[in-house]
Order: sequence, then structure tokens, then C-alpha cells
Amino acid sequence: MEIQDKVIKIVSEATKVDASNIKSETNFIDDLNLDSLDMVEMMMKMEEEFGVEIPEDKTEDLKTINDVANFLKTAQ
Amino acid sequence: MKLNRVAVTGLGAMCGLGNNLDDVWNNAVAGKSGVSKIPNIEDTKMWPVQIAGLVKDFEISEDLLPAKEKARFDIFIHYALHCADEALKQSKLLDAGYDPYMIGSIIGTGLGGFPEIEKANETYNEKGPRRVSPFFVPSFIPNMAPGKISMRWNFRGINHAVSSACASAAHAIGSAASEIMLGRQDAVVTGGSEAVISGLTFAGFNAMKALSKTRNDEPELASRPFDKDRNGFVMGEGCGILVLENLDKAKARGAKILAEIVGFGATADAYHITSPHPDGEGTIPCMKHALTQAGIEPKDIDYINAHGTSTPTGDIAETNAIKAVFGEHAYKLNVSSTKSMTGHLLGAAGGIESVFCIKAITEGTIPPTINLNEPSEGCDLNYTPNNSIKKDIKYVLNNSFGFGGTNATTIFKKYEGN
Repeated sequence: MEIQDKVIKIVSEATKVDASNIKSETNFIDDLNLDSLDMVEMMMKMEEEFGVEIPEDKTEDLKTINDVANFLKTAQ
Repeated sequence: MKLNRVAVTGLGAMCGLGNNLDDVWNNAVAGKSGVSKIPNIEDTKMWPVQIAGLVKDFEISEDLLPAKEKARFDIFIHYALHCADEALKQSKLLDAGYDPYMIGSIIGTGLGGFPEIEKANETYNEKGPRRVSPFFVPSFIPNMAPGKISMRWNFRGINHAVSSACASAAHAIGSAASEIMLGRQDAVVTGGSEAVISGLTFAGFNAMKALSKTRNDEPELASRPFDKDRNGFVMGEGCGILVLENLDKAKARGAKILAEIVGFGATADAYHITSPHPDGEGTIPCMKHALTQAGIEPKDIDYINAHGTSTPTGDIAETNAIKAVFGEHAYKLNVSSTKSMTGHLLGAAGGIESVFCIKAITEGTIPPTINLNEPSEGCDLNYTPNNSIKKDIKYVLNNSFGFGGTNATTIFKKYEGN
């Protein structure tokens, strides 16, 4: 599975938003209404699923699905 | 200063006897036991006691807690939302048009979200601090029960939890009534919620020799307050919620008033961390204070819903305290311990038992003490053994006592339309 598809699947499961409504440019806060606690939890799920560590100062830059997918591609 | 009268206008309940008020009440009146074997225990060695008054087949509605939020809150918060919803529907409080800042919520819980703490502790030990969820703290803190109630229904008045072990809900209800008496709130959603069915809590209570542990194979017989074969309490879980309102305002909006709260007493034994004072030096004044506030005589009480946990020392101590307060009348009034059917709901006990008191008034029926085949020596009151009885009731007294030597007594009165 492409990294982006996997990210979308994880986000869909966590938010209960249908995967077909989550796109590359979907913004966690503006489009999915996540708050700061939701974001921490989401990043923890990414760390767990992809076996990477996302530094705390990095998470602020990860605003969209695409941001996360790109970060994971370089981190893995 | 003239105090406002306090009306009860809504009830919500769940426990081993059912997940709604009607099921809980009807099963209690029928004298059924809500105690059963805990299913799916993986390692029985880790569970010194394997029975409890378990809530069964419960899933909170999406409307109260959306799917994505369910796992984020300990189950005691689910119970509180579920029962608050039931009580609010009965009261029609949401149609009252009160200022949101004049509606509060005060909920009691003894241990709060203890199971969530256990789970997070496992995660912490196995995977380290970075894997502890940002939702961990909000999942277990006691005041998240009233907090979530405030968010769901936009209640912006007083909002806090009360924790006084097995007297938590009774203290919550007493505080809520005071808010209304003083005119600081028009309505308060109150009561208690508890859900701590876990091997660790059982191990803790078992270590204190507080739990009945000899009837894992006949769970429905284990909780037997005042009976000579009782040997400890049986853990229960669940919730009891009351909607309290300024009586004049409730009347003005045409609400159906179920009963009044007319007296509350609260004392401390100042004696021992877990044992009741043998001479009732906390509980006797507690009941007397409630009677004084209610402005009634001991002979006016028709029914006492006892703390009656089924422990050898506690049931005797309470019986003696009742005799000290009520004298000859102690033998004329009815006493019962509904814990014989629900198990001990700890911090929610005063909530569900207040529900029983109010239903006893509105239905003219006293729920029984089941499993009372032969009263133990010294337990010689009318405990309403095994079968409910019909009786016209004007005043009911509820006792709730907790570890730490804390005591609370609430008195409910029939509403007679004036």
C-alpha cells in the first residue's frame, strides 16, 4: 500500500470519516476538525504504525495528509 | 434567610438489575438479584472474587457519545451520560427555559476512572511515556462525568465531582440540594456513577476482608445484608441520577414533581480509616441532623434505605445507630438494603438508592432486602425481608457511609401538591 493510502486509512479509522472523503490536501484541523489533543493522538498512531519517531517540534508542520505522507517517506 | 424548597423532577438509573429506570425498579420490586458471575476472566488466580452486580449489554448511544469518543472516556462517564439523559427526558428540564448558568451538575464517584489508569499504566510500563495517550488524563478524572454532562446539554452552572468513597453520591446530592436551597442554581443534575470491575480493585477490597468471597458459584446469594450468613459486600457498578429543581420554579413550569429533598446530614466518625465507630458516634448525629433540617420527628420516617452493605460489623453498627435515633419507632418503620440486589455501587450507591427512595414514595412500594433468611443476632428490625411491600410513604431516609469515616443522610418527602 502506498504510504499516503495507509495514512488515509489510519486517519479514517481514528476520525470515523469515510476514507473517500480524505484527500492528499485534507487539513487535519480545518477539514477534519481535530483539536490539539486529537493531533497528538494522530501523530502517536503514525509513529506506532510506521515505526518512526516524529519529533515534537516537527508535528506543527504536519498540517495535511500530504505533509504526513512526505515526512514518513523521508523518515523511513 | 428563607431557603428554597428542592424538588426532584427526573430520575435515571442503571445497575445489575437493568439499564433503565423501569427495569431497575421492576426487578427490585420483584426481589431479583442483579449479581452474577463475571464472564471471560482469563486468569482466575488474578481474581480473588469473581462475582459482581454487573451492568450487562450496555452500549452508549451515538447521540450521547460519538463513536470516535467512546474509547476516550472511562465507562463510569458513559454511565453518567446515559442516566443523565434518562433523568433529563423525564424531567423535561431542557424545555424549562432556565438560564444555562443556573443549571449545574454535581456527580459523585468513589474511584473515578480507575480502570483507565490501570490500562495506561500497562502502556507506560510496556511501551514507555511517549505512548501514553493525550486523552488519558481526561479519560479518568472524576469531574469529567459532570464535565461531559455540561458539554452535552450546555449546563453552565456549578460543575464538580464529589469523592467520599461510598458516600460520594449522597454528598453530591446534598451539595446539589444546598445550591438550590440557597438560590445559587435553579436546577442541578446530580447523583453518582461507578464502574471499577477490575482484578486490581477486587484484590484491594479483598485484602481488607471487605468482600464476600465464598459464593463464586452462587452469586445471587452472596449479598445478604443483616442475614446471619453474610460475610462481606458484593461489588456492584452502575449509576443513579436525579434532576433537582427549585420547587417553586418547577411548579411554575408545570413539571411533574416526584418528591422533595427536605433534609441532609453529614458527619465524620473521626475514628478509623475503614471501621465504623462501634457506638455510632458519627452515624447517629448524621441521621439526627437530617431530621432536624427536615423539621420532623423520628416517628415521621416510614422507610429507611439502609447503607447495609452485608459486612458483619457494618450492618450491626447501622442497626444499633437506627435504634439509637428512632427508639421504639425503629421497630415500626421499614428498613431495607437494596444492596442485597444491586451489590454495592460504592460512590454511586447513594445515587441509585436515592432513586429507590423516590420510587418507593411515588409507587407506595418498599423494595426488599433479599437473601434475608435468618437475621443475625442483634439485627432485629423489620428489614422488609425477601418480598417488597405496599405502604403509603411520606418520609424516607437514606444512609450512605464511606471509608474515611464519612457519613451522609438524606431525607426525601412525598410531594403533596402544595
